[in-house]
Amino acid sequence: MANVLELSKINKIYGEKIKTQVLFDVDLGFEESSFNSIIGASGSGKSTLMNIMGTLDKPTSGDVLIDGRSTKDMSANQLSAFRNETIGFIFQFHYLLPEFSVIDNILIPYEIKHGKVNAQALKRANDLIEIVGLTKVRKNKATDISGGQQQRAAIARALINSPRIILGDEPTGNLDSETTENVYNMLRDINNEFKSTFIVITHDKRIAEKADRIIEIKDGKISMDIRS
Amino acid sequence: MRLAFKIAKQFLKNNKGQTVLILLGITIGISVQIFIGSLIDGLQLSLVDKTIGSSSHITISPSGRDNFFEDKDDIYSMLRADTRFTQVSSSFDAAGFLLYDEETYSLLSRGFDFQDANGIYKFDERIIEGRLPNGEREVALGIGLVDELGLNIGDELDFIIPEIALENVTLVGVFDLRIASLNRSWMITEISSAQKLFQREGQISSIETQVENVFDADIIAEDLSMSLSNSLQVDNWKAQNEELLSGLTGQSASSYMIQVFVLLAVLLGISSVLAISVVQKSRQLGILKAMGIKNKTASQIFLFQGLILGIFGGILGTGLGIGLTYIFSVFVTNPDGTPLVPFYLDYGFVAFSVAIAIIAAMVAAFIPARKSSKLNPIEVIRNG
Repeated sequence: MANVLELSKINKIYGEKIKTQVLFDVDLGFEESSFNSIIGASGSGKSTLMNIMGTLDKPTSGDVLIDGRSTKDMSANQLSAFRNETIGFIFQFHYLLPEFSVIDNILIPYEIKHGKVNAQALKRANDLIEIVGLTKVRKNKATDISGGQQQRAAIARALINSPRIILGDEPTGNLDSETTENVYNMLRDINNEFKSTFIVITHDKRIAEKADRIIEIKDGKISMDIRS
Repeated sequence: MRLAFKIAKQFLKNNKGQTVLILLGITIGISVQIFIGSLIDGLQLSLVDKTIGSSSHITISPSGRDNFFEDKDDIYSMLRADTRFTQVSSSFDAAGFLLYDEETYSLLSRGFDFQDANGIYKFDERIIEGRLPNGEREVALGIGLVDELGLNIGDELDFIIPEIALENVTLVGVFDLRIASLNRSWMITEISSAQKLFQREGQISSIETQVENVFDADIIAEDLSMSLSNSLQVDNWKAQNEELLSGLTGQSASSYMIQVFVLLAVLLGISSVLAISVVQKSRQLGILKAMGIKNKTASQIFLFQGLILGIFGGILGTGLGIGLTYIFSVFVTNPDGTPLVPFYLDYGFVAFSVAIAIIAAMVAAFIPARKSSKLNPIEVIRNG
């Protein structure tokens, strides 16, 4: 199957005077509709890699191709629009906007893209809320629900624009083991149903093993790449 | 735009304490501006009104040594038709002497068409005894002279017209112009009567006017003198009241200074609170940017906050400012109960103040907006 996301010769160096290289010539491709996990010790460069894949950070050299399109020469505005349409983010900390309700939070990426919410979008948001099991609390403020619920709201938000790629940076990092299990099962279900490509960073080996492919990063290089 | 407005509204709603604080700042600032501005304006208007309300703003008289002229070009009608002038009145003025008890008293005999002259001098209100002269040889004298000489209504008086004759006139009224020197030295009469006494029928000594916009008197006078013949000169009140004008200008300047500094304080206040708010909201902004919000939209959030705060602060400030001005005019009074400074509101100035509030709030929001636009989402996401 074709690669939806491709990293080519990615190097990342931080610092001006004292240079610290975090990533070394990373080449990686992710197949469409696959479920991938990235593991690695802290400081191995996996989060940097994820930020580069999500076009939040720019590589020092190399290119990120999404759907075959190079992102190297895109302007900030082009990148914003591209990110909004193609990539859904799920972070370790949910990052919902505390000022808004659950449903409003979920609709924000849609509003960024279309400017306003129509009935169809509202229906999709409600469907997603049902999938992530938040129907009862959908009108609550984002701060008035539990940690697990917040993370599930963040997942629904990542899905609202039906992005091709969903990036998760320790999406269950601060959840208890039972909730973690539930959230992962949900992500897999969504992957099966919506055919989005999932790339998830985790330090939990048990979770990583559920993915189609496990990539391990060590000292800024790929040290292991197993497909099941 | 819509999303930026929605987020701005929500940010303001969620930080009620901060929002109220900024609103209070703008409200007080704008109310002080309106209050001080209206107070000074009211003060100046009442001062100007007291000074020149009952006198000629622009006077046309013969130049050189001539004292009289014939209005051949019908300047009177021309000025009447000109909307810049609110009052136009011809007068015939000449000096003479009142002979009483073998003493002579120098008088300025002023002949008016009272229908016109009342518009400027309000003689009808200033007559305190008797009536206005309306026939030949009827005159009115000021209260100062009448009291001094012990005259009565109906007295026949001898009036010396230099180089002409001794004429007999009848006192029919006493006026009080509230200026002692005029009460002592003016004798008023119908213009035709004065012209006959001085044997100068058809001639006048000046055309006196009042203009709609008193502070434009010099410009209008300049304009007028261009269109009149050289034998006439045009004087305006501004040229004759330079000290008053410099006083008024000084007052205006200090009023503007106060307003500018109040505004500056408001501007800095809004700016600093909004700047803090960017830091507080950097997490939200970071995530919005990760989700694809454009830098322009991110900065619009803060510009909208400024706009909303400016509009509400401007409206509240206007209400408070007008209230303060009104209260001042009602409760701060002269011993006779009249307001110390009359209540005066220039709607243009109020609208200007509200516009200033909105612009100031937007300008103050500009720096935070720039900061918001430049915020890199990666900083927020990396630092949790």
